[in-house]
Amino acid sequence: MINRPDKAKLYYPHMPATWWLRKRSYFMFMLREFTSVFIAIYLVVFLISLYRLGQSEAAYAAFVDGLRSPGWLAFHWVALLFAIYHSVTWFLSSAVVLSLRLGTWEAPRWLVAGAHIGGWLVVSVAILILYTVL
Amino acid sequence: MRNIKNFEALWWGLFSAGGVVAAFLVPIHIILSGLGAPLGWLEDSPQVYQLWPVRLYLFVLIALPLFHCAHRIYHTLPEIGLKVISKPLAVLCYGGSLVGTLVTVWVVASL
Repeated sequence: MINRPDKAKLYYPHMPATWWLRKRSYFMFMLREFTSVFIAIYLVVFLISLYRLGQSEAAYAAFVDGLRSPGWLAFHWVALLFAIYHSVTWFLSSAVVLSLRLGTWEAPRWLVAGAHIGGWLVVSVAILILYTVL
Repeated sequence: MRNIKNFEALWWGLFSAGGVVAAFLVPIHIILSGLGAPLGWLEDSPQVYQLWPVRLYLFVLIALPLFHCAHRIYHTLPEIGLKVISKPLAVLCYGGSLVGTLVTVWVVASL
């Protein structure tokens, strides 16, 4: 049995809700967390388009037509920027977490991050080609 | 409620897997379905979504990042003053991603 300190006696610093506006690095951290909101909304909209496709091709076409409105286009442009920010920050942090070794040689972080970003571009182009060919 | 908290390792695993899927796949899909198809940049061929390997791919593309997003949102909102509703947030976020996964299974199966 471990003797844990009484929780009521522990010190919890109280942070104001706007602490992330104090420093640029805090703000960028919060921006990175915020990417998930846009990605989630995009996925739900994409899922609705697939649901409409399951109903009929005409229903799907009408839904896609609705996405041509300025509001939806603006949303998708912003979502794209946030998604790219998620990708870049994810690959940069992967380089910190993943340590690739060959004997005594350890791959530098820039190489691990670069390989991820290169792989991401290859995968993106492959999906684009598959989408147009299939 | 305690059970949701005890699944911590599972949520972190799904967060990580979903983060990888979102990082590699979501940007190009926003370009394809959010911008390319509505703006007519490329010929939209939704028939491709009806192929079974593509349906499986769509499930991975949608379900895993939903867990990633839920985990991020759940861990971020308490940091900006919503700590008091941390438990309902856990139910809302993880429950939402579970419901989203079931809906995704149903949608891709009925394509």
